[in-house]
Amino acid sequence: MADATMSNVLKKSGKEIQAGWAKDLAAALPAGKGRISAIELEQQTGEFLKLITAAAEHAKASDITASDFKPVREFLEGVSRSRAAQGFTSDETATFVFSFKKPFFAALKAEMGKDADALAEQTWKATELLDSLGLHTVKTFQKSREEIINRQQREMLELSTPVVKLWEGILALPMIGTLDSARTQVVMESLLQKVVDTGAQIAILDITGVPTVDTLVAQHLLKTVTALRLMGAECIISGVRPQIAQTIVHLGVDLQGVTTKANLADALALALKRTGSSLAK
Amino acid sequence: MERIPILRMGEFLLVTIQVDMHDQLALKLQDDLTAAIQKHASKGVLIDISTLEMVDSFIGRMVADISGMSKILGAETILVGMQPAVAITLVELGLSLPGVATALNVERGMALLRQKIDSDGVDEL
Repeated sequence: MADATMSNVLKKSGKEIQAGWAKDLAAALPAGKGRISAIELEQQTGEFLKLITAAAEHAKASDITASDFKPVREFLEGVSRSRAAQGFTSDETATFVFSFKKPFFAALKAEMGKDADALAEQTWKATELLDSLGLHTVKTFQKSREEIINRQQREMLELSTPVVKLWEGILALPMIGTLDSARTQVVMESLLQKVVDTGAQIAILDITGVPTVDTLVAQHLLKTVTALRLMGAECIISGVRPQIAQTIVHLGVDLQGVTTKANLADALALALKRTGSSLAK
Repeated sequence: MERIPILRMGEFLLVTIQVDMHDQLALKLQDDLTAAIQKHASKGVLIDISTLEMVDSFIGRMVADISGMSKILGAETILVGMQPAVAITLVELGLSLPGVATALNVERGMALLRQKIDSDGVDEL
């Protein structure tokens, strides 16, 4: 029984393997980084060893998708998720599994001794198993990172669209960052909703924080302006920088019918005039 | 057969669309409204679509058409109370309704209508 040998070795020399593994891990992860404590690492190695011993005992082959390996998989997913959150790199995470090989192979060698054929076979089996476990870990790591990135993107989207009331009947929306379809949609929705809520007559779109304006961005801006007009509100675009003015003309974008101003102050002055308010010094 | 009521308020007409517009209804409204403008010699029309939640390209075009027809009959038309979702849909459909005056609510629309008619009157004199 080939697999029985693997589980036998795991059972018999578990302690030594764990010690060797912990040492390798400590060497692989530069000390002093302090992202994971020695106690935590010891807990994780102990848990993994326990689970893989149990799995190797029952499993027919080194197929990690088998139900026997479910606890091992889940454990590794947990480890990799927490490492992704702690800011580990993917190779550091993979090292957790791959550094298990060295002490494990040493233990196999000690067990098999002279029988080269059996040793080679067992080593190959173990390699196959650990490689797939390692890959699974990396896969989960990648997925967790993507989840984190997606969440941050969503949060940024919400953060970057504040609609502020400047005056009675005047709203301003300072846009910061690149405008794409998804963002424009959010911007448009929140601005239009705010217009309904506050009954504002004029909205000022400030594009000082928009780094570049190309035809697509201009189109998005025009859409917002049109939607506002349909709802019965006026729109002024402010914060047009000299370079942007040049680009817009060079691109041949038609901004006719859209009021534009160089800065927010001018736009506010115009908006006040249109709403019939006046400021005295 | 259901129809959209057209209310007369002095020299203005008020149309409140409170049901989901379908094509037949829109065509009927077009007939009724042009007839009503003729009959009452109205100077302004206010179309309130604040309860309209869904539009398609046909209804969008219909609204633009009605506005154009009223203008030809000598009545200023103002579209009031468009919902954000409707505005976004129309823009995405490429219907920016050029030439259609809009206002946020009936009150503002009425004020704008009076203003327009007053300035027209001055022009004529």
